[in-house]
Amino acid sequence: MRGSADFERIDAGGGATLRFTGNLSLACLRDLPERLNAIEGPIAKLDLSQVERIDTVGAWLVHRFARDHGSTLEGLEADEQHLLDQVAAAEHPIELPRKPADPFTRMLGEVGDAIFVAGHTLYGLLGFMGATTIAFWNVFTHPKRFRFNATVHRFEVVGVSALGIIGLMSFLIGIVIAQQGAVQLRQFGAEVYTINLVGRITLRELGVLMTAIMVAGRSGSAFAAQLGTMKLTEEIDAMRTIGVSPMEALVVPRTLAVVLMMPLLGFYASLVAIMGGGLLCWISLDIPPVTFIQRIREVVPLTDLWVGLVKAPVFGAIIAISGCFQGMQVEGDAEQVGNRTTIAVVQAIFLVIVLDAFFAVFFSEVGWI
Amino acid sequence: MMARREQDEVIIRVQGLKNGFGEQIVHENLDLEVRRGEILGVVGGSGTGKSVLMRSIVGLQTPLEGSIEVFGENTIGREETEATNIRKRWGVLFQGGALFSTLTVSENVQVPIKEFYPGLDQALLEEIAAYKVVMTGLPPDAGPKFPAELSGGMKKRAGLARALALDPELLFLDEPTAGLDPIGAAAFDELTASLQKTLGLTVFLITHDLDTLYAICDRVAVLADKRVIAVGTIDELLALDHPWIEEYFKGPRGRAAVASAERAQART
Repeated sequence: MRGSADFERIDAGGGATLRFTGNLSLACLRDLPERLNAIEGPIAKLDLSQVERIDTVGAWLVHRFARDHGSTLEGLEADEQHLLDQVAAAEHPIELPRKPADPFTRMLGEVGDAIFVAGHTLYGLLGFMGATTIAFWNVFTHPKRFRFNATVHRFEVVGVSALGIIGLMSFLIGIVIAQQGAVQLRQFGAEVYTINLVGRITLRELGVLMTAIMVAGRSGSAFAAQLGTMKLTEEIDAMRTIGVSPMEALVVPRTLAVVLMMPLLGFYASLVAIMGGGLLCWISLDIPPVTFIQRIREVVPLTDLWVGLVKAPVFGAIIAISGCFQGMQVEGDAEQVGNRTTIAVVQAIFLVIVLDAFFAVFFSEVGWI
Repeated sequence: MMARREQDEVIIRVQGLKNGFGEQIVHENLDLEVRRGEILGVVGGSGTGKSVLMRSIVGLQTPLEGSIEVFGENTIGREETEATNIRKRWGVLFQGGALFSTLTVSENVQVPIKEFYPGLDQALLEEIAAYKVVMTGLPPDAGPKFPAELSGGMKKRAGLARALALDPELLFLDEPTAGLDPIGAAAFDELTASLQKTLGLTVFLITHDLDTLYAICDRVAVLADKRVIAVGTIDELLALDHPWIEEYFKGPRGRAAVASAERAQART
């Protein structure tokens, strides 16, 4: 009974007739639409008495053909007629998707859009920093509103849980720096300066910078996704209606946690990287650990530690605020959560590196070289 | 799906179904039959596993025990290709609509058609999507919109349009009128009944809406005590003298629904 849809043309007195046979349904159409499109000129009658079964797609094709060729329909059963009437009643003109503009115009448009979005985001981020500052001030003046448990919980998520991965990363970075440094310095017979290299670069720059990148990837993205999802499920709106400020309940604990954890993690990362460097020096340059530590104490000035530690909380604030900001920007659908999370991480890392450059200039100006 | 159907042919047959999550048993020894061409309402208190029953039938939840036949074929543990052939013949409307959020309404409707019949040309697809959208009672300009731009009721209609994309023989509706205003809910009932008549659908309808039950359901199945305790027309159910059924249909809301159903009857 599952015959595929077909039709034959009968040219008899009074104009042409198309007699349809088989199943006029989506599953059995095959090339019927193309063949119908190929027919030109008026067709007087469509004979549907031989049709076994018809569904809405079949009904639509028949209706469209009859409309375009001015045909009358014949041989319909009552409920088939009802189906055709329903489909015909649902007809309305559709707009086909617009043609894309030419590549040059499109590129120009995209550049413009990107500049607009960048400016807009920067403006929004600045506003959000202000709002965060106000929230901090409010919590400071009304200490009862400070969410102690939420903050401590963030300490664990942001700080303690990150120890493993940050330690591993830093240890390997220490080894790489020492190894690369040793290879280059050996050419001048100055392998012993590998210790200076490892000690100073990790404490001043790499410890904190790599930690910031890792924290942006771990926590900044999590903040954006959490807040974004809460925004979608209207949890944040619910908070507002209850009278809880989302800035105080969500943004302050997260920002505070990252600001406080970053210096600790950065210091820890530097130490582990120095250990990694020390291990390589011991194995490959035959510098025993005791000598290594003694040299580190001699060649690394205390200001190097301050340079690293001063930067850490600033980076932390940037990471937390851009994560929370992007999370709060989510509107509409689930795809936005993904987009905003990506933007949060990219933005945080970008801003951290830009700020790091400013810090480098600043510290050399104040003489902490 | 037009005419030429055997009356009383069973489309869904569930036998000895057992479902559970860990310790918690949702269904035990559940039997249910859905006949061709009927609108079967499924009612039950919150947490009696109405949605779980639907998910088991459409194969989203593997039962612990029991057999489920749809269109006379067993659906449990089938090969993926065979299961696809059955899936082609049913449409499912989830509670929230479950529209794909990155696609427009019109593209959402086209997804099942493209999946099963990749050869159709784009213009015809657009036309099919367009009339399906209007048939489910959405305004014509809803086609190019994204789900996030639609209200809850419109999302349900768009979900229905997608469920009907392949002209299924069997339609699953999970609380289609929940969250709609009374006028919208009544219109949705009317739409379901009209589509059922036009397309000869069999409808498996989970609902809490007494008006829907009175207005369009041919039979009602009552879920309680982990199984279907009764199936029949509302009058048949009331004749059973079961306390929960009594309270369900004869509570204040039930009486109001009867009154409005009678008013509607009087008008026609």
